[in-house]
Amino acid sequence: MRTDPYRLTVNGRPVEVIDGHAGESLLFVLRERLGLPGSKNACEEGECGSCSVLLDGDLVCSCLVLAAAAADRDVATVEGLSDAGGEVGPLAYVQRAFVEAGAVQCGFCTPGLLMAVDALLCEEPDPDDLTVREAISGNLCRCTGYGRILEAVDRAAAMRREACS
Amino acid sequence: MSEVRATQTRGRTRPSGIGESVRRPDAIPKVTGAFAFSSDLRHDRMLWGGTLRSPHPSARISSIDVGPAVAVTGVHAVLTHSDVPGRATFGLEHLDQSVLAGDVVRYAGEPVAIVAADHPDTVRRALDAIQVEYEVTEPLVDPSRAETATPIHPDGNLIRRIHLRHGDPSAADREGLVTVEGTYEVGMQDQAFLGPESGLAVPAADGGVDLFIATQWLHVDRDQVADCLGMDPDLVRLTLAGVGGAFGAREDLSLHVHLCMLALYTGRPVKMVYSRHESFHGHVHRHPARMWYRHHAEPDGTLVRVEARLLLDGGAYASSSGAVIANATCFAAGPYRVPSADVDGVVVRTNNPPCGAMRGFGAVQTCMAHEAQMDRLATALDMDPIDLRLKNALAPGDRLLTGQVLTGTLPVAEVIRTCAEHPSAAVRSDEPMTRPGGAGRTADADHVVRGEALAVGFKNLMFSEGFDDSSAARCELRDGVVTITCACAEVGQGFVTLIGQITSEVLGVDEVVLAPVETTGIGSAGSTSASRQSWMSGGAVQKACEEVRAAVVARVAVTHDVPVDDLVLVEGRVESLSGSVSVDLAEATAEPLSADVVYRHAPTSPLDHDGQGDAHVSFAVSAHRAIVDVDPDLGLVRVVELTTSQDVGRVLNPVQAVGQLEGGAAQGVGLAVMEEVLVDGGRIRNASFTDYLVPTALDMPPVEIAALIEQPEPGAPFGAKGIGEPPCISSTAAVVGALRHATGLELARVPVRPADIALAEAQAGVDR
Repeated sequence: MRTDPYRLTVNGRPVEVIDGHAGESLLFVLRERLGLPGSKNACEEGECGSCSVLLDGDLVCSCLVLAAAAADRDVATVEGLSDAGGEVGPLAYVQRAFVEAGAVQCGFCTPGLLMAVDALLCEEPDPDDLTVREAISGNLCRCTGYGRILEAVDRAAAMRREACS
Repeated sequence: MSEVRATQTRGRTRPSGIGESVRRPDAIPKVTGAFAFSSDLRHDRMLWGGTLRSPHPSARISSIDVGPAVAVTGVHAVLTHSDVPGRATFGLEHLDQSVLAGDVVRYAGEPVAIVAADHPDTVRRALDAIQVEYEVTEPLVDPSRAETATPIHPDGNLIRRIHLRHGDPSAADREGLVTVEGTYEVGMQDQAFLGPESGLAVPAADGGVDLFIATQWLHVDRDQVADCLGMDPDLVRLTLAGVGGAFGAREDLSLHVHLCMLALYTGRPVKMVYSRHESFHGHVHRHPARMWYRHHAEPDGTLVRVEARLLLDGGAYASSSGAVIANATCFAAGPYRVPSADVDGVVVRTNNPPCGAMRGFGAVQTCMAHEAQMDRLATALDMDPIDLRLKNALAPGDRLLTGQVLTGTLPVAEVIRTCAEHPSAAVRSDEPMTRPGGAGRTADADHVVRGEALAVGFKNLMFSEGFDDSSAARCELRDGVVTITCACAEVGQGFVTLIGQITSEVLGVDEVVLAPVETTGIGSAGSTSASRQSWMSGGAVQKACEEVRAAVVARVAVTHDVPVDDLVLVEGRVESLSGSVSVDLAEATAEPLSADVVYRHAPTSPLDHDGQGDAHVSFAVSAHRAIVDVDPDLGLVRVVELTTSQDVGRVLNPVQAVGQLEGGAAQGVGLAVMEEVLVDGGRIRNASFTDYLVPTALDMPPVEIAALIEQPEPGAPFGAKGIGEPPCISSTAAVVGALRHATGLELARVPVRPADIALAEAQAGVDR
């Protein structure tokens, strides 16, 4: 069933979804209709966090959100972290930290983790180890065993604090 | 939108040499979202594909009616067994698996029909509309019955038996020895890579097909796909699309032939992406194992003889089961000197889900058992378990169970000692979140018991038993720019980083272009498995670079009339040691230079009738020490800390090495305490990440690296050993050993479930 056209705001830019189907998830629409495949699909049931995006600033699994329900709300995806007017700008702290710490292996979980860590650091700029582990426990990573990811979170937090001080 | 963004490895990297923590060249696209995984591909006029799978583990197919599916608006193709254009079967070792089931289905999840349509929802509706009549038959699900049961496949139910006999069979037939015996079980583990199976097939104007796919071995896929399509291999062109992890599960074909069939039939590009549920049914798993062991030792702890019976459930199709049972058998006793052994290794066919390659490849299962036996033996001898291991530790010059003399390095005692001596950072915390079960199901703090154990494991590097194992690479130097072409599949392990480091080391350049990874124009790199690519493709890249280096130097020596030995390549220049010559590499290679090489490791031999022979190239050993907390009342467990030492030959990239050790250990922790594909009557019960539990950041303890033992391996490029697999071999054994230490229970099966602890504790209470 086709839906009427609806509007989303993605990474600060208004976009219109035309020819959407009613049951499509926000993840599907981002990936297949809006050309933003950065958010990944690995479980389709909100367990792995690979599809994590921010919806009005809240971390959500975009596979569990109906795209039409996100109409007229702000969606932030991994593509927006270093967005400079549609081009890749300077990397965000959290992106730089992941690159430098060796937190990226296959990289499939990376976009979702970046969004989760970004959300965490906005909320809690200086989290302790347990807080970080709790905050990213909704994001499965099969390659790293989380060691370098935890290191990256520490680095990102330090970079942010330094930038703010 | 027409884009096939599958050339993710094309790009420049600014590497420096061997031993540096050089950053991945694909890290930035992976953090910006620009990196194209196989599931991210798109193409003009693209259709979506899907697969209908058998719900029954064993059945005859009486009829298939695709008519109602064809009638669904938006459907472009519905294909079945009779539409397979070429050979109907495929397989890594035996061609025993159907591209699409014909008369018979042998496991729940076996592909029966495929569909191409305009939208994933249309695909689902069409799959639902296909009418298949099954005549359900009783499945064979008990592997111990397989050898005597009616064959479920024309090739029979025994996939492979290796009856290894080593040394004096009567070595233990005397008084005064200490003997321990045990039976152990390992459950079925899933690789659970994050990026599900996916790919895009594009029909080509020449009648061929281009397949963009996530895989571990492009060329072997290409050959199998071409055979099943009945097509010249040159017309089947595979390009590596971004791979979201592999761990063995991408060694076999999954959707490859299906995609190509649909694309060729419809004349349109077709994309297919498995759901997680489908992924659990669409690839092989780690073999479940039942293992009986008997160890005999002198009263001083010296091992005299090991006897073992290993039974691995291969599921419905052979996959790489033959090589898995060879590893399980060859490494059955662990990295210890064992003068006499009798190991009967068997892998059988059943109607359970097919099993094949997973990181550790047969050595994981037996490590869990031989390490439990070593702890049991230490108890029987009243000896420290670490001393017992050190006393029997294999060393260069010793013989393996296969009779092969260990000629390379294998620092068994060193990994044990450094791991055991490393101080623990584990503290007891009052924080409820750190108790077994976490904050939600918090254990009574006073009841929590702590345990600790060490385990050691080893396995072979590279393919064994006489397999002609090779990797091809090309180095081209043009205008000072180096381009490396190699079909090695980057699956996340970081070989793309090593290419740059090796090139930089040999050619003194700081920039390397990585050509697209594809089957066209370059030979096979072999599989990204068996911890082999750093050695094999690393060796190929090194050799190709060295040939180009020699050619550049020879050219400059002639043009500048200096001896070859006087010239070095440094920072993009060819310079003479005497200082008289300094030529820009760009100038020296305005006329390009290129070298193509095929790299082979030293040959190996097949195993003979008694499982003896020089079947393996090289070996690597690791040790883990685990500290666990257990709540005996609820059976809840928390792995508090892991410490590890590993034999690495030489560290090529420290950060990447640490990443492999931590990541492998996480998979080992998973197998020890939470991960199991539950199979009930042949059907998978928990094919989702809701029910199949993969360790999260809260489950995973810190991994302390006690030592990376660097003893350069003779014959290995830069002396480096593959490091991917050992971390998940000894970690499981260490964790379950620590659980035994904490509880005093036998815990002879992994994963250890809460009931295994709580019910046993309750029973013990009753008995008391």
